[in-house]
Formats: sequence, C-alpha cells, structure tokens
Amino acid sequence: MKTIYTSFEDAVKNIQDGSTIMVGGFGLVGIPENLILALVNSQVKHLTVISNNCGVDDWGLGLLLKNKQIDKMIGSYVGENKEFERQVLAGELEVELTPQGTLAERIRAGGAGIPAFYTPAGVGTPIADGGEVRIFDNKEYLLQTALKADFSLIRAAVGDYAGNLVYNKTARNFNPMMAAAGKVTIAEVEQLVETGSIDPDHVHTPGIYVQGLIEGKQEKRIERLTVRQGM
Amino acid sequence: MIKQLDKVSVRERIARRAEKEIESGYYVNLGIGMPTMVANYIQEGKQVVLQSENGLLGIGKSPLETEVDPDLINAGKETVTAQAGASYFSNAESFAMIRGEHLNLAILGGMEVSEAGDLANWMIPGKMIKGMGGAMDIVHGAKKIVVIMDHVNKHNEPKILKKCSLPLTGEQVVNRIITDRAVMDVEENELVLVEVAEGWTVEEVIASTEAELKISDYLQTGAY
Repeated sequence: MKTIYTSFEDAVKNIQDGSTIMVGGFGLVGIPENLILALVNSQVKHLTVISNNCGVDDWGLGLLLKNKQIDKMIGSYVGENKEFERQVLAGELEVELTPQGTLAERIRAGGAGIPAFYTPAGVGTPIADGGEVRIFDNKEYLLQTALKADFSLIRAAVGDYAGNLVYNKTARNFNPMMAAAGKVTIAEVEQLVETGSIDPDHVHTPGIYVQGLIEGKQEKRIERLTVRQGM
Repeated sequence: MIKQLDKVSVRERIARRAEKEIESGYYVNLGIGMPTMVANYIQEGKQVVLQSENGLLGIGKSPLETEVDPDLINAGKETVTAQAGASYFSNAESFAMIRGEHLNLAILGGMEVSEAGDLANWMIPGKMIKGMGGAMDIVHGAKKIVVIMDHVNKHNEPKILKKCSLPLTGEQVVNRIITDRAVMDVEENELVLVEVAEGWTVEEVIASTEAELKISDYLQTGAY
C-alpha cells in the first residue's frame, strides 16, 4: 500500500535536518514544485541536495537556497542562479559538480545495486584529480561511485494508487532514476488515477520504487520561451 | 570587406559551414549556443535526427505560440517541439546513447582547442564555475566531434593552441575545428589545415593560430 498524502506539508514532514535528498527535474521542467515549496515552509536545514540544476533565484530549488537550507549541492550545471554564486563565493555552500551523464548514471547505479562504475567522462580534466583511472581496451576510464538519497522528491504526469508513474515528454529527465535511488520516494503527480487505469505497457516507473504520492497542480514556469512565427 | 563581417554574420558563416558536416541519416547532438543555430541551416531533403541530452531524440522546430508545452524543452532549456518519429527517455538512457557511440556527430562550442584535439569549454579559473553540463560525456560519445568557434578571442589572441591553458573538458577528443577563418582536422596529433574561408589567406590563418598547422595537399581556399 502506498501512502497517499493530501497535504504537501505532510508529504515532507519526515525529512529531517541533515538529510540527503534527490530532486527531479532538468532546469524547471519536471520539478516537484509543490514538494519544494513545502520543504521551504518546513524550514528543514543542512540538506545535501542532488539535482541536475539548482533552480532559478525565485523558483524551484532556488527557493531552498535563498532560505539557506542547503549545505551541499551535487549537480552538473548551476549557472542560472545568482544566489548560488554568492553562497559559493562566501563559503556558505559546498558544491560538487559532476558531468551530467555521470550524474545520471551515478543515480541510476544507486538505485540498481551497482556501487561504482567506470566512465570516459572527465578523464584528463580537473574532475579526475585524485580519482582512479583504469584502462580498458586501450582507453582510459574514471571510476565513479553511486549516489543514494534518504528521500527522493520527484514529479510525474500520472500516478496510480499502486505507485506506477507516467511522465510527460522531457519532464521525465532524472525522475525515474531518482525514484529508485531514494530510500523513500515521494511522487508529486499532476493526476492520481485508479489502480489499473494505466496500461502496464505504458508504465515508465514501476510502483515498487515509490512510497508516497500526492496530487498537485504545477505552475510549470518556462525558463526560455522560444517560439516561431507563422500560422 | 569580408573581414569586417559583423558578429551575426560570422556566426552564420560558421553555422552554415558546420551544417555541411551533417549527412542525411545522421543522429546529431548540437551543443548550447552557436551549435544550436546550425539546426536553422539544415538543408531541405536531409533527414536528420537531433538529440537533446535531457531526453529527446528528434527535436522539431520551435513551437508556435499556441503549441508551447512547458514540459518540452531542449538542453538549452528553450521550448521546442518533437518531430514525427521522435522519442522521449530519461537522462540515464540519453547518456547511455551518447557514451555508447550511437550518435554520428556532435557539434560543440569551444574556448580553446589544442593541436592534439584537447578541448576546453567549461570553466575559466577565477570566474564563477557554472558547471560542465553534458559536455564531458558528449566529447567521449559521438563518433565525430566537431568544435565550432571564433578563430581568435576578443583580444585577437589565438584560441587554437599548442596546449590548452584552461582546464580541459576532454583530452584528445576533437576531430575537426571550424572557425570563421578555417577548417582544421586533428590527425595523429597534428593539426591539418584543410579549408580557408573567403577573405582570408593561408598566411593569415597561420599567423592567428598558435598551434602548428600542416597544410593539406588538398587545401581549399575561399572554401566558404
């Protein structure tokens, strides 16, 4: 049985100071907007956050940052956020930058029982400093370790009461891997449907990875609206 | 005079030349910024599938105002559409596709490239580090890596060097460099000048390149 929350406050109430959390999304697409807002209101502190980006100054993870709730951020690109820059330069925030594909695979590995893996990404660059490099078939690879989290906060378009999830378009991004890599995964879904109403062939994330669900409405802010003219 | 091309025309010239690297049937990843512009010049009749590392194979045109879906963006976070035959997937799948060498070509921007094909395009020491995004994975993924950039920086200093001064994105990963002045191939650790752009001479290209250039036997001048 999955826990079905009726308030976002309840959904995040077990997240303690010092927790490691994964937060789905790429830019502002596919982020669990309401779960993030609830975390901001909870005032929980000293979080380690694993997410590809850190939101923008006034939305997404940027809100947690502004509220000084994050001690450490693990991501691949944090360039959309001025407060982030300020906190890093002031020594208030620790940051671990990891190549995007490596980040995705570290999370995937974390949920899949693989403790570490070798990847070509980063060989010969500053991120390989002090790392273990090994040669396979005459090519160098860098050892990378898996990532896991106490809580994963993710977003899906549709979820059922069995925890099965379906994502919409590029809002899938990091959400499926994070679902599996979190000890407790809470999914914010746009639509909660009866068990059995999602065709098993269409499930993107099997329900086994999801412990709690909550239905909510998102603003879905657009970072870079790009349109073409025409009919 | 051609050398006085404004910035927009320079970018267009580079993008148009880069488009020639794309063959019909190719799966291609275009980096953020100038590389994304290359898509605007893909010739009609070429069937090309553009990959976006945030989980889309088959990027379509920019949406009409009425078609905008906030859940559908490219890696530069711009709203896009999906073309017929497109597919969506996770970032883990996306980078498996990239690292697994399933893409024919990636076109990336660059700050510096060395004669050995080292690429630096993600950080400047002393400036705020924004992150490498997917660049470090992509340079090891696609079968061919083309870097497009201005030939010199805004202080008129060479960007094609014997050795990169900036921290690397990848070592010996670049196959071809396309600039506003020339096209160069990285071969067996030597850099071969294969094309010179209209308005430039071989001597001028050599003078504005720190790396040693071997002149190809098949050098084309006034090539683009």
